[in-house]
Amino acid sequence: MMVLVTYDVSTESEGGKRRLRKVAKECVNYGQRVQNSVFECLLDPAQFAKLKHSLCGIIDEEKDSLRFYYLGKNWKNRVEHFGAKEGYDPEGILIT
Amino acid sequence: MRKLLNTLYVTTPESYLLKDGENVVVRVDGEDRFRIPVHNLEGIVCFGYMGASPQLMRLCTDNNVGLSFLSPSGRFQARVSGKVKGNVHLRRTQYRIADDIGDSLNIAKCFMKGKVVNCRTVLGRGVRDHGDVIDCDKVRYADSLIIGNLLKVDDCINPDALRGIEGNCAKFYFSALDELILKQKDDFFISERNRRPPLDNMNALLSFLYTLLAHDVESALESVGLDPYVGFFHTDRPGRASLALDMMEELRPFLADRLALSMVNLRQISGNDFLKKENGGVIMTDDGKKEVLGAWQKRKQDKIVHPYLKEKISVGLVPYVQAMLMARFLRGDIDGYPPFFMN
Repeated sequence: MMVLVTYDVSTESEGGKRRLRKVAKECVNYGQRVQNSVFECLLDPAQFAKLKHSLCGIIDEEKDSLRFYYLGKNWKNRVEHFGAKEGYDPEGILIT
Repeated sequence: MRKLLNTLYVTTPESYLLKDGENVVVRVDGEDRFRIPVHNLEGIVCFGYMGASPQLMRLCTDNNVGLSFLSPSGRFQARVSGKVKGNVHLRRTQYRIADDIGDSLNIAKCFMKGKVVNCRTVLGRGVRDHGDVIDCDKVRYADSLIIGNLLKVDDCINPDALRGIEGNCAKFYFSALDELILKQKDDFFISERNRRPPLDNMNALLSFLYTLLAHDVESALESVGLDPYVGFFHTDRPGRASLALDMMEELRPFLADRLALSMVNLRQISGNDFLKKENGGVIMTDDGKKEVLGAWQKRKQDKIVHPYLKEKISVGLVPYVQAMLMARFLRGDIDGYPPFFMN
């Protein structure tokens, strides 16, 4: 299934900056960065559970927020893109 | 059923593959061109002379991602494989059967029947769909010769007899296949199968597709714990994945030949996508290869109902299902190996 992960991490303190870097790094491991704090992740349920667990462990629930949007299997119909930085389709043809 | 994941094809010759976290990164001239999490991939196929970092190789072996290196023309060169996995009892059974001429001949017959029947289906479909434009009598004549050989498969008492039948069938089949090329007749024709190097466009296209298929079959066999190098029909030779070649026999007509025909007939590929070299060999251009890779990847995502399992699967999983059935047969869970008969 496709999951959209978005986050807002408060960077007012040094600790916040560290959390931001950690969250971003973890998201990169699981999906494609489509915008600065927006990731598209094609995952199976187990992988998603892992990602959710590790992200929830990193953020500070007082200051930061984290949102998961479940786009399911037919996610291609639910995503439209305009402008620069077009992403790739992880289920499509991958040739570089 | 397992999910079919994607395959990454790297065709830019100066690229370098490396690991970053859990990502596979393609770097060209110090710049990251592409990155994808490794768990979205089933395999990575590299064409040309690119490098890969040892850490990336480790990442691939840990995640069961097949990493293969092919020459620019698509000839297999190397693959990275991790620890030997799977069940040692299964592999021992495989070796015992491979050592027994009678047992391995029986399995080889299954492969051969699968191949011949599937070849006939390709021809039959051509007659049915395009009977008005092709020389049906020629195709039907070839088909009748193939049936004659098919009936003799069961009576074979040694592998050489079976090889003879295979050779005959292939000859009739490829001569009839030419009739099924409906468009671009000047650029695409096939009178016989030739390779190393392929001498005409159609042979070059087929060779390229067979290499892609071999990569998939080999990975499939490995993922169920069989040894792709010990075959029942093809004899052992260092560096030759004999069992993968055995299993390819029955899958070629459905997975590769038909794709080649439709690419030509739908003009997805043209004579400009091929280059003739001084020695007479024909190679595909980079654009041509990309076109074929795209069509191949797309074809693999089509859904079919597997004739034996009666389960809906992606075409790309057919090699995996056949490998699984082979493992079940060797374990004694089923009485015979059911070849893949397409409909």
